[in-house]
This record gives sequence, structure tokens and C-alpha cells, in this order.
Amino acid sequence: MLLELFTTFFKIGLFTFGGGFAMIPLIEREVIERKRWIERKDFVDMLVLAQSVPGPVAVNTAVFVGYKRAGVAGAVAATLGTVLPSFLAILLLALFFAEVRDNRYVDAAFRAMRPAVVALIVAPLVGLTKGMRWYLIALAGVVAMAVWYFGFSPIYLIAGGVAVGVFMAVYNGRKGARR
Amino acid sequence: MIYLQLFLSYLKIGFFGFGGGYAMLSLIQNEIVEQRGWITATQFADIVAVSQITPGPIAINSATYIGYTVAGLGGSVVATFAVCLPSLTLMLLLTRFFLRHRENRYIQTVVKAVTPIVVGMIASAALLLMFPRTGENENFTDAWSWVLFAVCLYGSYRKVNPILMIILSAVAGVVIYALVPSIL
Repeated sequence: MLLELFTTFFKIGLFTFGGGFAMIPLIEREVIERKRWIERKDFVDMLVLAQSVPGPVAVNTAVFVGYKRAGVAGAVAATLGTVLPSFLAILLLALFFAEVRDNRYVDAAFRAMRPAVVALIVAPLVGLTKGMRWYLIALAGVVAMAVWYFGFSPIYLIAGGVAVGVFMAVYNGRKGARR
Repeated sequence: MIYLQLFLSYLKIGFFGFGGGYAMLSLIQNEIVEQRGWITATQFADIVAVSQITPGPIAINSATYIGYTVAGLGGSVVATFAVCLPSLTLMLLLTRFFLRHRENRYIQTVVKAVTPIVVGMIASAALLLMFPRTGENENFTDAWSWVLFAVCLYGSYRKVNPILMIILSAVAGVVIYALVPSIL
């Protein structure tokens, strides 16, 4: 079981390019349809959990599935499987990259890839702000300015957001209990 | 000592890295580029580009790469392990709790509160790469940079595969910055 968890998540890790959300369809096919390790209704809950816990979404989903199937050892096996392909690929590249970094063509390619990368970071912002209230968008703007222009550490802002969320959850919980 | 610093930095990034890859960029930028000064803003943009065309989450890619650059093979193992550790422990605890209680109203409230901050962090990561506060702007060097940026932004809205866009940008870069000048 542990080996199977490891190899399945190794496969998922190997074919996930460009970050966590890209792996969701892969997980769906491997974990739900082929292996039937988790049910479809658990899948949505898992995604909510994976996004609410800090850290890469890919690792978080691996932990969830691994733990559900085989406890703590399963979680560790699935995490190792997810991380290993990315670790090995970058290591190979890092070894090789130092050699070619000064190459004219490589340099030209990277010069063009940098603005492209920034576009990929900007793109999801529109989707994320859709459906948000105006004052929350304004808050996002203030956060962006604080980090970018004033060099604020994002850590304090995240910690503040979590604190507000916990306070709201407890407050709403009390109100619900009284009713 | 450098191992301990790497470990602590990436533990911090893992622990506060809500909202997945792009939101974590802002944390990595702040910790590794601005506070530690281990790599420059340009090297950072290169790592993000490389992350897009190699398998795996950006957070892990960057941990492996920066760990390796700063302290060799040992550094890459330490940084990668550290960035996964908070995820692993917190997600384990939460999964255990969740499988018993099945109630995620609290969790959802917290997620809702953090969302605008995550959006702001993603925006700040982009802004820092576009308009760095200090030093020369090596990510947007000329008008071609803005053309590539605009084309890729439009491509993202049309749901063009990001890997394809990165590869095409690389090809365009070779043509614009290496081949054409050598012909002229």
C-alpha cells in the first residue's frame, strides 16, 4: 500500500507542471477514478482543506489521501512521492544550468521568459477578485502596496488575516449557539 | 550554520504560505531576496520561469534550486524538507480532526478572511518583478518585454497552456535578442 501510494503520487508529481492547481484533474483521474482511494464528495472537502492549510496544495492533497488510506506512514509516503520528481528535476537542471547560464542563447531566452512569467502571475488576479466585495478588493490593494512599496513582510499580514478569521469564526459560533 | 538559516527560512515560508504557489512567491521574495539577499530579483524571476517548465509545485522547485545555489546538495535537501514540514504536520492534524468532525465552517471563515490578503500578496509579487524598489529593472528591459507581457496576459485569458507560453517566449527571446542582432 505504501509503495502504491508513493508511485501514484510520484506519477502525479511528475506530470504536474506549473503548480498546484494543475494537478487537480490528474488527482481526480488517478485517485478517484482509477484507484478509488477517496470518494468524489471527499474530493471537494479535501480541496478546501488543502487550500486552507499553508504550504503547497500538491503536498496537502497528498497528505490527505495518504493519511486516509494508510495513516501517518501513508501521508509521508505520498508526500515523498509528490516532492521527489520536482526535487530531482530541479537538481539536474541546477547542475546543468550553471554551465549554460552564460550562453548567449540561453540568456536571450531568459530575458524573454521573465516578462512572460510576470504575466502568468498577474493573470489569475482577475479571476480571484471576481465576486469579491469592493472593500475586500481595496484591502487586497492595500496589502499589495504594503508589501511592494513599503517592503512589509507578508508574514504579519497573513498572521493578521488568520487571527481575524479565527475571531470571526468563534464570534459567529457563539452567536449561533445562543440562538 | 547556513543549513540552519535555510531550514528556518523555508520553514517560515512553508508555515505562512497560504493560498498556494503564486501567493508563496511573495513570501519567498521577501525572505530570500530582500531579507537574506541569497539571490537577486533577476535570479528569482529565472527560478519562477524554470519552475513553470519543470514538474512540481513552485514552492518546492524554488526551495530545491535556492537550497542548491546557496549550499549545494545538502542545502537543497534541507530547504525542500523544511518547506514541506509545516504542510505535512498541519495537514495531518487537520485531516485527522476533519475526518472525525466533518465540520469545516470554522475553516471556511478563516479562508475567507485570508483571501484578500492572498490576492494582495500575489499582486505584490508581480509588482516587485515589474517595478523593483531598488536596483535596475532587469525583468523588463525594453519595449519587447512589455509586448511579451501583454501577449502572455492575453494568452492566459484565452486559457493557453502556460508551459507552451513560456516555451514560445523562450523561442521569441532567442530570435529577438540573439538571432536578429547577429544578422543585422
